Amino acid sequence: MQDKLIIGGKEITNRLFLGTGKFPSNRLIPDVIKKSGSQVVTVALRRIDFDSEEENMLNYIPKDCILMPNTSGARNAEEAVRIARLAKAAGCGNWVKIEVVSDNKYLLPDNYETIKATEILVKEGFVVLPYMSPDLMAAKRLRDVGAAAVMPLGAPIGTNKGLKTRELVKILIDEIDLPIVVDAGLGKPSEAAEAMELGAAAVLVNTAIATAGDPVMMAEAFDLAVKSGRKAFISGTGAIKEYAEASSPLTGFLNG
Amino acid sequence: MSFYDKLTEYKSIDIENFLEGVTDEAVLRAINKERLTDFDFLTLLSDKADKHLEAMAVRSKQLTLQHFGKVIFLYTPMYLANYCVNQCTYCGFNVTNRITRKKLTMEEVEREAQTIASTGLRHILILTGESRPQTPVSYIKECVEVLSNHFRSIAIEVYPLEAEEYAELIEAGVDGLTIYQEVYNEEIYRDIHLKGPKTNYRYRLDAPERACKAAMRSVNIGALLGLDDWRSEAFFTGLHADYLQTKYLDTEISVSLPRMRPHVGQFQPKCNVSDRNMVQAMLALRLFMPRAGITVSTRERAEFRDNLIGLGVTKMSAGTTTEVGGHTRDEKSEGQFDISDGRSVEEMKQVIYKKGYQPVFKDWQAI
Repeated sequence: MQDKLIIGGKEITNRLFLGTGKFPSNRLIPDVIKKSGSQVVTVALRRIDFDSEEENMLNYIPKDCILMPNTSGARNAEEAVRIARLAKAAGCGNWVKIEVVSDNKYLLPDNYETIKATEILVKEGFVVLPYMSPDLMAAKRLRDVGAAAVMPLGAPIGTNKGLKTRELVKILIDEIDLPIVVDAGLGKPSEAAEAMELGAAAVLVNTAIATAGDPVMMAEAFDLAVKSGRKAFISGTGAIKEYAEASSPLTGFLNG
Repeated sequence: MSFYDKLTEYKSIDIENFLEGVTDEAVLRAINKERLTDFDFLTLLSDKADKHLEAMAVRSKQLTLQHFGKVIFLYTPMYLANYCVNQCTYCGFNVTNRITRKKLTMEEVEREAQTIASTGLRHILILTGESRPQTPVSYIKECVEVLSNHFRSIAIEVYPLEAEEYAELIEAGVDGLTIYQEVYNEEIYRDIHLKGPKTNYRYRLDAPERACKAAMRSVNIGALLGLDDWRSEAFFTGLHADYLQTKYLDTEISVSLPRMRPHVGQFQPKCNVSDRNMVQAMLALRLFMPRAGITVSTRERAEFRDNLIGLGVTKMSAGTTTEVGGHTRDEKSEGQFDISDGRSVEEMKQVIYKKGYQPVFKDWQAI
C-alpha cells in the first residue's frame, strides 16, 4: 500500500522531522540525520552564522534535506514575517516554520499572531508550517489561510512530558484535512509512537534527541518508533475493551 | 506598581529568622517541586540547603539541559569610556580615583569591533561609566551604528536611562540591556553610593522595567555579590527577575551572578561569598526560574567557570578586558576591576567543546 506524505508539493518519505537547536556540537548533525533518515530539518534563523564556515549550521545539513527555517524569537506576526523573509533572502528556501512566542515563561505559541503571519507568508509563496497550541478553531483558520500543515504541541517545548495534549490533537487529526505534525514536548520514542498511532502525519523532535547521552542512537530509536507507530495506525489498531467477553455471553439467549 | 512595592512588602518579613527555621524536609520538597514559590526559593538559599547541594545540582542540570540544551552562549564586553561622575566606594571608575580617563573615538570603536569580530564573536556588550556630558545617549547611539556592521546582537551596560532613551537605542540596533542594582539592601546602597545620580536607588531599580516597557528584547539583572549577605541579595535578584518576567512576558529576563573582585581603591567586600555559596545561589535561581538565562563572567576563575558548565550557567564572556580600548590598545590603563579568567575566545571554545557543550556565537540578529 502507498503511504505518501506530501507537503508543499514535496513527497516526504521520513516522518521524523528534526530540530537542531540543542546539540553538543553541530558536527553530530550529519550522523543524526543519516541514522534517523530525517528529511525535514528545522533551523532557527537566529542561530545561523552565515559568516562563519565552521559555526554555520547549514554546512552540516545534507543538501538533499528539506530545510525548514523557523522564526524562533519572533514576538508577533510582524517579526515572524520579517524573519521568514530574511531566511528566504539568505537562500534558505521557501519553507518556513512559524513560531510566534510572546510568553517567555512557558514559551507557549501565540495562535492569533501565528494565523496572521501564516496568511501573509502564504500569499508571498511560502510553504508555511505553523507551530501552535492545539485549538480546533485556530487550526481551521490556519487551514483557511493556506497553511501546508498544522503543528500542534504535545507538551510545552523542552519539557519532555509527552503527548499531554492528546485529546485536542486527536480532534485536529479527525477534523483538519491537512497533515498534523506533533511538535514539541515528546520526550521518548514511545511517545512519538503514540502520536503516530493516533494518526499524526509526522512528529518534530529536538530536545529528546539532542540532549540524549547518545544523540545518534536516540535519533535512530525515534525513527523506528515513528515507523512503528505509523504502521500501527495504517493497519488499524484493535478496539480497547474495558472487560473480558465471557464465553457464555449475557446476551447469548438472543441467538437461540 | 513597581518592584519597589514588592521589596517593601518583604521588608516586614524577617528573612534571617525564616532561613534559620528551614528544615531538611522543606528543602527536599522545594527541590522536587515543579513550580517554586518565593519562599521555596528562599528555602533553597538557606544554610540548611547547603547540605543538599548535590540534589539541587542534579535537578538544576536536568532543567538547564531540558530548556537550553547542550549549549553555552558566548559574548564579550567592550568598554567605550570610563568617565564617571559617581562616587561608588567599590568601583574602579569612581570619580575620586585618579585613573586615566578615556573615551573611544568612532575610529577606535571600529578597530575594536574588527578585532573582536575576527575571533568569531557575534554578540557584544558595550559599557560606559555614568557621565551624560562625556557619553550622552547620542554618543552611545553613534557607537551602536558602527558596531551593527560587525555584530548580530548589541547589548548595553550603561547608566540608567528613560524609557524613551531605551526606545531610541533599540531603534538604533540595541536588543539587550544589562543593569545591576549592585545591592538590594537600601541602607547599604546609600552607604556605598556617596555622590552622583547613582545615589538614586529607586531610579536604578526601575531601569530594567523601563527597558521592558520600551520593548527591549532581553534584560539582564544582578546584584554584586559581597556587598551584603549573599542569601538575601540572591533572593531579591530572583524576585526581581520573576517580577519582570511575569509582567513583561515578551522580554527575555536573565540573571548575572557577579562576585566582588579587586579594583583600584580601598573598598573591601562586606561579606565573603565562597565558591560553594555562589554555586548554591546559581542552583537555587535555576530551580526558581527554569527558563532564565544565567551569566557568569570572567570575574570568576577559569577552573571554577569550567566546572559550572552543565550545572546551570547558560552564558559566558570570553576574551575579556575591562579597559577602555583594551581589545586593541598596547599601552595598559586601569580596568574597572581585575578579571580572573583571561582566556581567549578560541581557548574558551575548545574548553566548552571538551565539556560536551556547543559554544554558540550567534543567537540573534537584527530583524
